[in-house]
Amino acid sequence: MRKITFFAMGFSVLATIGQAKTPVLNVLTYDSFTSEWGPGPMVEAAFEAVCACDLVFQGAGDGAALLARLQLEGITSDADVVLGLDTNLIEAARDTGLFAPLPQLPSAKLPIVWADPVFAPFDWGWFSFVYEQGTVSNVPQSFVELAASDLKIVIQDPRSSTPGLGLLMWVKAAYGDGAAQIWADLADNIVTVTPDWSQSYGMFLAGEADMVLSYTTSPAYHLIAEGDESKAAAAFSEGHYMQVEVAGKLAATDQPQLADQFLTFMTSAAFQEVIPQTNWMYPAYAIPTGLPSGFEQMITPEVSLMFDPKEASALRDATLSEWRAALSR
Amino acid sequence: MARSAVSLTLVGVTAVLGLLLIGPLAAVIWRADQGLTALDIEAVRFTLWQAALSASLSVALAVPLARALYRRRFYGRGAIISLLGAPFLLPAIVAVLALLSVFGRVGLLAQGAAMLGLTLPSIYGAMGVILAHVFLNMPFAVRLLLLGWQSIPSERFRLAQSLGFGPPALFLHIELPMLRLVAPGAVMAIFMICLSSFAVALTLGGGPRATTVELSIYQALRFDFNLGAAAALGLLQSTLCLAALGLAALLPMQHGFGIGLDRALALGPPKGWRAYADFAGIFCATVFLLLPLGVLFYTGLSGIGSLPWVIWPAAARSVGVALCAAFLACFAALILAKASLRYGRFYEGVAMLPLATSSLVLGTGLFLIIHPFFSPARAALSVTILTNGFLSLPFAFRILLPDLRRLYADYGHQMTLYDLGPWAAFRFVIWPRMRPAIGFALGVTAAISMGDLGVITLFANADGTTLPMMIARLLGAYKMQEAASAALLLVLLSFGLFWLFDSREGKDA
Repeated sequence: MRKITFFAMGFSVLATIGQAKTPVLNVLTYDSFTSEWGPGPMVEAAFEAVCACDLVFQGAGDGAALLARLQLEGITSDADVVLGLDTNLIEAARDTGLFAPLPQLPSAKLPIVWADPVFAPFDWGWFSFVYEQGTVSNVPQSFVELAASDLKIVIQDPRSSTPGLGLLMWVKAAYGDGAAQIWADLADNIVTVTPDWSQSYGMFLAGEADMVLSYTTSPAYHLIAEGDESKAAAAFSEGHYMQVEVAGKLAATDQPQLADQFLTFMTSAAFQEVIPQTNWMYPAYAIPTGLPSGFEQMITPEVSLMFDPKEASALRDATLSEWRAALSR
Repeated sequence: MARSAVSLTLVGVTAVLGLLLIGPLAAVIWRADQGLTALDIEAVRFTLWQAALSASLSVALAVPLARALYRRRFYGRGAIISLLGAPFLLPAIVAVLALLSVFGRVGLLAQGAAMLGLTLPSIYGAMGVILAHVFLNMPFAVRLLLLGWQSIPSERFRLAQSLGFGPPALFLHIELPMLRLVAPGAVMAIFMICLSSFAVALTLGGGPRATTVELSIYQALRFDFNLGAAAALGLLQSTLCLAALGLAALLPMQHGFGIGLDRALALGPPKGWRAYADFAGIFCATVFLLLPLGVLFYTGLSGIGSLPWVIWPAAARSVGVALCAAFLACFAALILAKASLRYGRFYEGVAMLPLATSSLVLGTGLFLIIHPFFSPARAALSVTILTNGFLSLPFAFRILLPDLRRLYADYGHQMTLYDLGPWAAFRFVIWPRMRPAIGFALGVTAAISMGDLGVITLFANADGTTLPMMIARLLGAYKMQEAASAALLLVLLSFGLFWLFDSREGKDA
């Protein structure tokens, strides 16, 4: 055992000598961020052009897997920055005590005020129900109208998917104690609940449901990447719940300055420009060139709903059982 | 000398399996800071109920189908038997979308019914879960039973014919004893597969009513980070599986059918209504199984040529993983099957252990074990090979055991007499007579190992992505069409591997 450790140390010393010239910044993120179609490759190239470092993205499943992995690794994690937690996971992430305060960053441009000392947003979006124009004639303008209609929807499970959890919070934020009733009324509209977003979206595209829980910006993908104008997001009068994706610096990092530099870079145009057409979300900081054309056709909800992380975390268990009870009947 | 090497290997294989079951679970429990909070009895009840129903229905339907395929000869029979391997090999998400394209709200069936002015009942609900599990597992049961039928020496059938046995008597005296040998193992294997169903059960179950234990484990591990709950649920799931295993062990053991001349020639099959029933059964089952696959083929095929180039190295990596895992699994299965014949059913239990494992707990536990020593990312592909080999071992075992048991019942005496060492026994007795089963086992394990993703998500992969990861990425990037093509590629490759091993050795059997 001791011998192995000794050898391992020897190797890591050698490895450090070999790489001494270029420091390495490890950024733990979700898998689709690092993918060929995600923001990862472009962000990596842009940052490495200015940092004289090696930026390494470690992709681990989705946002929830990311947090789970971080909790498994604890302080022994070799990650310097974690990128891709969503608002509903922030409180659990903060409770790990693994994060360090942020450096001084420009303030984010969101529909809500953001003043978290530990987590900085890098993109955001509004949840909404996406439909195919032409097949849905009376587009519902609220959960009540949706529940009263005979439209079929497909949603994601809040126990395994972050958008699914977002929908749960959306109904709770809009209806409070009346949320259980909304779920009970929605029960006959729900075709099914899928473990993750892509399965829902695939079913919607295949015609299995009239509407799918996704984002207001989802139609932009079809419009810009496919030239397909038929998809649209329904605007709800209760307002739309927001998802904000954030990044934070780990306290145990061996590259604190580089981590700060990356987080500052994250707020710059070079990073933010990549977001709209890779993550299909809104950038969290202004980009001088403006949003790609096509985004102006997306709906802009008048009311933005969001619990602060503490509230969201406190509400989660109760709303989950409420949801489960309403749909199990 | 060689024999002690075999014993050593046996001890090694058993130890590795035991460690793989207990190690990760222990690692998760070790890190847990709170116990199980509210155990979900409802989830356990639903899980058991759907698994029991899916397994018994799959095997019940497989019996007449396997018999029909065994005793009829017709053009395309070999192709149908090969294709029976396909549904079992589909990754869950692909299988769900393929099934929905036929049985869904706007699927082919619903469209057909609408033309006739009919409305079909919704697939979503308990019925959908059972339907999907039968679609995925019934073909596997058919293949297991078919091996059973093929293991009956043709001398038996000749004897029966000369005694004037009609089909009912033939069933009672020759086929039923074989079924008693093969069917319980098949039911148990499928029961255990369905026990850990997660995506299929939830999506087709239509909502939280269809919550399985595996989903609760996922929630505990990912969203609640309650390792205690996850470990307790994982333990519960393993206990349920072991209980099923114990139940199956109560069934009486049978012996081989006596030595035959290794001729696999069937007698003239019964004529009249039985022929019609056989062909009707084969036809219905083929349509049921092939229609969803056909849609998959149709939607994915046009895009395969234009897939982004990164798909191809990922595909090559997946094939490599699958091959390594398959040889690992079949090697271990053969060793354990031999041991269970010699030392009793303890080793049968050992070989089935992987099915009792939650792959999520397995992945998390392995991560906890590996991570203090070196970066999990570096180990990602090796861990994938090891876990895929581990998780597919029970299938290889199920396929190999009945044949090996028969072989030892019939030829064990001679092997002892001539004092054959393990290699000679394999080379001159086992391999020539078990080639169809070994080929089938290699094919199945290779194909299963292509698709698995569950274990690996925590391990950020530094050696490059595999094909299932690529599909997940395409899906996550709205590229559903490309994902469909990549999924078809995965299915074609899995099936190609399966066919390569299976048909080379099993064509004429």
